[in-house]
Amino acid sequence: MNNIMLGSYYPGNSVIHRMDPRVKILLTIGFMVLIFFVTSFLGYLYIGLFVLATALISRVPIKMFVKSVRPLLFLIIFTFVLNLLFIKGDTVAFEIGFIKIYWYGLEFSAFMALRLIFMVTSASVMTFTTTPVMLSGGIERLMSPLKAVKFPVHEMSMMMTIALRFIPTLIEETDKIKKAQMARGANFETGGLKQKAVAMIPLLIPLFISAFRRADELAMAMEARCYHGDEGRTSYRVLKMKGTDYISVALVIVFGCIIIFFG
Amino acid sequence: MEGTPMEKTAIAHISMTINEGEFICVIGHTGSGKSTFIQHINGLLTPTEGDVLVDGINTKEKKSVLDVRKKVGLVFQYPEYQLFEETVEKDIAFGCKNLGYDEEKQKECVKNAMETVGLDYEKFKDVSPFDLSGGQKRRVAIAGVIAMGPEAVILDEPTSGLDPQSAMEILGMIKDMNGKGKTIIMVTHDMDYVYKYASRAIVISGGRLLFNGTPREVFSNAKELMKIGLDVPSGCRYAYELRKRGMDISMDVMSVDELIKDLKRGSENE
Repeated sequence: MNNIMLGSYYPGNSVIHRMDPRVKILLTIGFMVLIFFVTSFLGYLYIGLFVLATALISRVPIKMFVKSVRPLLFLIIFTFVLNLLFIKGDTVAFEIGFIKIYWYGLEFSAFMALRLIFMVTSASVMTFTTTPVMLSGGIERLMSPLKAVKFPVHEMSMMMTIALRFIPTLIEETDKIKKAQMARGANFETGGLKQKAVAMIPLLIPLFISAFRRADELAMAMEARCYHGDEGRTSYRVLKMKGTDYISVALVIVFGCIIIFFG
Repeated sequence: MEGTPMEKTAIAHISMTINEGEFICVIGHTGSGKSTFIQHINGLLTPTEGDVLVDGINTKEKKSVLDVRKKVGLVFQYPEYQLFEETVEKDIAFGCKNLGYDEEKQKECVKNAMETVGLDYEKFKDVSPFDLSGGQKRRVAIAGVIAMGPEAVILDEPTSGLDPQSAMEILGMIKDMNGKGKTIIMVTHDMDYVYKYASRAIVISGGRLLFNGTPREVFSNAKELMKIGLDVPSGCRYAYELRKRGMDISMDVMSVDELIKDLKRGSENE
């Protein structure tokens, strides 16, 4: 349980890994919007090639992208079948009993499925290449205009970072307490739903106590290092757009124009 | 993690027998595999290759897992973090409850266990474990394991984080349990404890059994132990340093007292 993947970051040092997280977030959002502008299969061919190209540049194994679609596989198949059954067109492709499948329905369902797949894979390019810390840092900077309306942007991002930081710690802790209770004969595996719920008590209470203790210690440690919130705080990692960031923005804009006018 | 690139062999080629009534100290530094090793003894982990037999029961047999845990109690490091019940009595009884004892038997086990760890039953039974001091909490947690009536008790650094006074009390209690016939397996970093209490010391390094013998035998390899970053009893260390500076000191010296005796003998001879 120790080597759990956080978010879905895939360590690497490609051009995309080194890009400014703000740029990556904005481009990903832009690209996802672009996917909705596509009206033909040719357009999706372009989109597919583009995603494939970025995936190759990121040097994240293609297998990982296939895996990233897997959790949504059910949703994709479900919508595909629904669309297939309920969309009516002019010409019937084939009939099975009382179910009529239309050519248009088939086309539309495939279209929707592709749309979902490309949305997931393009978002994956971003999450695979950006550490959770960089992501929350990027989001903080992007949302910083909201500070004008007193929205606690920095606090939100700090909470996000801390939460992410503590996930592996708490998993480790859970594992430890679970083993300690198992050594006292606790049984977490068998039994009915109610029994299993009751069995969780000796696990959850110590876990909560230790989470509160850790939170307390962390707050103390942060205060000891003079943490005082956002005001006057400087950044260790100053985000600065580099040549590759400008080039990628330009590339995506050109690509977007091609899709909108020809796709 | 098996079958993934993250797979790592934690321990290998550890072949040994632990006899009834022994007091064994396990030595090795962080990440050496000693925690993995002790978790194998009561079936929390099962070996991918080879077997662990507890009183003839193979820990791989799923149906007898409770029997193994009843025979071998395991007290983890900082065991007070596993306390969860409202009262000391209920918390200590948790293990007995899991073994299916009736209330009367549970009460009896709790009483005995509290006596063993030196907590007064009447005074502490209705107290919340969270209101106790660090040393008391640890006693309650240890009692929770002892209440199950194990024949052997494994303790992972039972004195870490305690003040010297509580640490000595806990150690005395462990020694008493051993005196009453319980097998003790204790992980520790304090070599003076090893020399003072253990009947056998085993050194684990890099997941392998490096030394296995009486403390005297093991610490006669002071040079090797120090090379892999482990300590030796203080007397043994001083003797080693003095020997290195050209003094003639017997290889037998373990404690400071023995060193003083040896030095006196040396000066008388001159």
